[in-house]
Amino acid sequence: MKFGVVVFPGSNCDEDLVYTLSEVLHQDVVKLWHKDTDLQGVDFVFIPGGFSYGDYLRSGAIARFSPIMSEVVRHADKGGYVMGICNGFQILTEAKLLPGALLHNESRKFICKNVFLKPESTSTIVTSGLEPRAYKVPIAHGEGNYYGPKELIKELNDNDQILFRYCNEAGEVSEESNPNGSLDNIAGVSNKKKNVFGMMPHPERCSDFELGNTDGREIFESILSKVMA
Amino acid sequence: MNLSSALAPATLEQAQEMGLRADEFDKIIEILGRTPNFTEMCVYSVMWSEHCSYKNSIKWLKTLPKDGPHMLVKAGEENAGLVDIGDGLGCAFKIESHNHPSAIEPYQGAATGVGGINRDIFTMGARPIAQLNSLRFGKLDNARTKWLLGGVVKGIGDYGNAFGIPMVGGEVYFDDSYQANPLVNAMSVGLVKTGNIISSKAKGVGNPVFIVGSATGKDGIKGASFASKDITEESAKDLPSVQVGDPFQEKLLLEATLELAETDTIAGMQDMGAAGITCSTSEMSAGGNVGMDIHLDLVPTRQDGMLPFEILLSESQERMLIVVKKGQEETVQRIFEKWDLHAVKIGEVTEGPEVRYFMNGTLVGEIPAKSLVLGGGAPVYEREYKEPAYYKEAKKFSIDQVNEPADYVVVARQLVAHHNICSKKWVYEQYDSMVGTVNMSTNKPSDAAVVNVKGTNKALAMSVDCNGRYVNADPEVGTMIAVSEAARNIVCSGGEPSAITNCLNFGNPYNPEVYWQFVGAIKGMGAACKKFQTPVTGGNVSFYNQTVNEDGSAKPVFPTPTIGMIGVLKDKSLQTTLDFKYKGDLIYLLGNSYDDINSSEYLYSYHGVKNSPAPHFNLDEEFKLQECMKGLIRNNYISAAHDVSDGGLFVSLVEMGLPNSLGFDIVTDGDIRKDAFLFGESQSRIVVTVVEDYEDEFLDFVAESQVTVMLLGHVTKGRMTVDEENFGFIEDMRHLYEESIAMEMAK
Repeated sequence: MKFGVVVFPGSNCDEDLVYTLSEVLHQDVVKLWHKDTDLQGVDFVFIPGGFSYGDYLRSGAIARFSPIMSEVVRHADKGGYVMGICNGFQILTEAKLLPGALLHNESRKFICKNVFLKPESTSTIVTSGLEPRAYKVPIAHGEGNYYGPKELIKELNDNDQILFRYCNEAGEVSEESNPNGSLDNIAGVSNKKKNVFGMMPHPERCSDFELGNTDGREIFESILSKVMA
Repeated sequence: MNLSSALAPATLEQAQEMGLRADEFDKIIEILGRTPNFTEMCVYSVMWSEHCSYKNSIKWLKTLPKDGPHMLVKAGEENAGLVDIGDGLGCAFKIESHNHPSAIEPYQGAATGVGGINRDIFTMGARPIAQLNSLRFGKLDNARTKWLLGGVVKGIGDYGNAFGIPMVGGEVYFDDSYQANPLVNAMSVGLVKTGNIISSKAKGVGNPVFIVGSATGKDGIKGASFASKDITEESAKDLPSVQVGDPFQEKLLLEATLELAETDTIAGMQDMGAAGITCSTSEMSAGGNVGMDIHLDLVPTRQDGMLPFEILLSESQERMLIVVKKGQEETVQRIFEKWDLHAVKIGEVTEGPEVRYFMNGTLVGEIPAKSLVLGGGAPVYEREYKEPAYYKEAKKFSIDQVNEPADYVVVARQLVAHHNICSKKWVYEQYDSMVGTVNMSTNKPSDAAVVNVKGTNKALAMSVDCNGRYVNADPEVGTMIAVSEAARNIVCSGGEPSAITNCLNFGNPYNPEVYWQFVGAIKGMGAACKKFQTPVTGGNVSFYNQTVNEDGSAKPVFPTPTIGMIGVLKDKSLQTTLDFKYKGDLIYLLGNSYDDINSSEYLYSYHGVKNSPAPHFNLDEEFKLQECMKGLIRNNYISAAHDVSDGGLFVSLVEMGLPNSLGFDIVTDGDIRKDAFLFGESQSRIVVTVVEDYEDEFLDFVAESQVTVMLLGHVTKGRMTVDEENFGFIEDMRHLYEESIAMEMAK
């Protein structure tokens, strides 16, 4: 299994993902430069968090036009795995690889804090290795308010495409546990084929045991156990 | 103004308008042997401004200790001092103010403060790994204060979050004295491989000089001069003096610069902050004993027709000056091209000693580099100082003048919710505190922020501290306390203090009473830094922080010498947290208690006594306490540690209880007045918890260290009890403590 982490100008969680995949999870990882058009034979592409191209137009709106993204789209169309975290999730929705959109947080403020996630889908590699409990994973975004038309939300539910919902420490999904106004507390989704994933929270920020929380590591380990199997 | 008038001899009136004094103008004529032209006069005016020249502070700054056991590069030798943390790594760190721009344009003022301080760090070849900040505002129930706080926090957040370096710590205070003039101090901490340190000196005659990064515009022209005068009703007219920041460009500049640091192509580099091209060319030249020929027409500009002095003085952000080793130009250009940034040759290093500025081949300025800079020709003044009347007046205060409160629970709740004491969650949740995956305090809170040094067994501890009220009450003692509290925070987190950076925020230095505060602060800082062996590696001085009223009278801010301290955890396992762990753990107080409520928030806010001495403090007592604390952590005798600071002992206990929702059952000391014991802020006290199994070893060790210790009580499931009086449950405090600022901001 070979992982690739895309680096856009303005990406700032690229190194964190590389560190987590290589140093914490001992996987083979390469960086994929935005101006390149070669995926270097990776099996799994990560689009990291950050502020790609400064995010001056709209989060993720410019990044989808970069040379590397054409290859990422091709990779996904062929069934290859792609996962976007935070700004990466925004980019994947802009690129139409994932449904829905990410609006400004309801508070209109950037929010960085630990939140709790309840794994939902049982049919994706991201969540199927997880237990039915609340996972503590941090968020850090200004535009993480997941939105889609009613029909889309119904479709996501019907197809088991919802990866995570924001919940409280006890695992209860409620309005109080929704940090940004996301519809149905949605924190992450997959595409219909379940090879493209996006989530606003940062599992790479809670994978290293030195940081005192390894709930995110279990998300990566779910992926590893399912694709290796 | 056109090119010919920019080349005409300057007049005294013009010089004075630019902030130069008549005797300084005469000195320039003497140095040059002629009257400077307008452009040259502009260059002198910014380089000799308070902000760049330190002319009114340098005499006293020189008395501060510069060298210590952990120093790699001493203060003043480069842009920032470097601490040797072992494993082939140096730590570069610095704090800087952006007070004046933030007072009139809080968003951009604060944002560019963040940008500037990070450039100071990566221009040395160091990658920033953590940021902190220290903020002061007027009372929060004021509409303008809310606007300022909201703007400053958003400015810091938008810039720092996009730049991608975690904000790991800071402080926010509110007091009337900062009403017109908020303080915005930003700190950055970086790591550099000792072989990759980039010098800030120009070297090698004939080496090309490049400007890299953003294009130069008219923003921020004369910002350094602006920062060197009083804030008045007219200050909003100085809006063009405020720069505009672009964190995306800064991020690209960071990555390009650090890629460059891995090559052997650079002879020297300096970032462009205050006074832009003027400052970087003259300081680099003076530092390397060389000169430069600079062609201003080659500088990429944002608009046509910029005059030489505008290009020279522009403070456009996200720019660097690089002296490239001759023959390596292509490598440099290739790296900047990769990151889509300008890298343009604008001149070369000469024998000097002059820096010469050209416009389309015409010489527009020729100035000896050394005559411009600190330690060279820049003026140095001795200012007179005088003890203010309030100082003696304050000494008359005695605790007997105020009564004990009728209801302790009411006072306790008020203090926990006080804006100076409560959680700053509303602020820090707008900052990305976790990017970089190095913040070890997110899930393990401690007095100082603990930051992982990946690939080693070490971690860094860092803290910013200053209680301006204490410094106002007694500048010397108050500043000793600021240094000591920073050190105490680091020690309580498991670290060993290494060095400090300072940001000295004061009023007008020409006011002898303000200067008396400054001198006292420096004396106190020097004494404390010597005691802890924590040299001063750099920092900045910000004078003129005061409000000039319409009648011409001035009210200075509280003297606020913010201390940013760095410490090293030799082993990550030493990390010590402040939270109560288990019900039943014993709670001990280390250090002496006194009948002292001086300068406490309790006395100031609850009793409304604004003038009292600094709290009790003794440097030797403090040092002994910290040495004891280090030993307790090394031996693993304690399970939590938290110092007693603003708000006193009760607030410390609440802060220890909240993370795990545990309470406490304690007794007070019968020899001490109860309000002093619970809410007094006498210094050099630490609350620790001890597991019963280790109690004997703990007590033996403390006795050997000759530190006073008192058993307060034990950790409970949630109830808070003091002398058998019920103070409610810890969860009752959560809303008061965590939501107080959010509730005020929503009003």
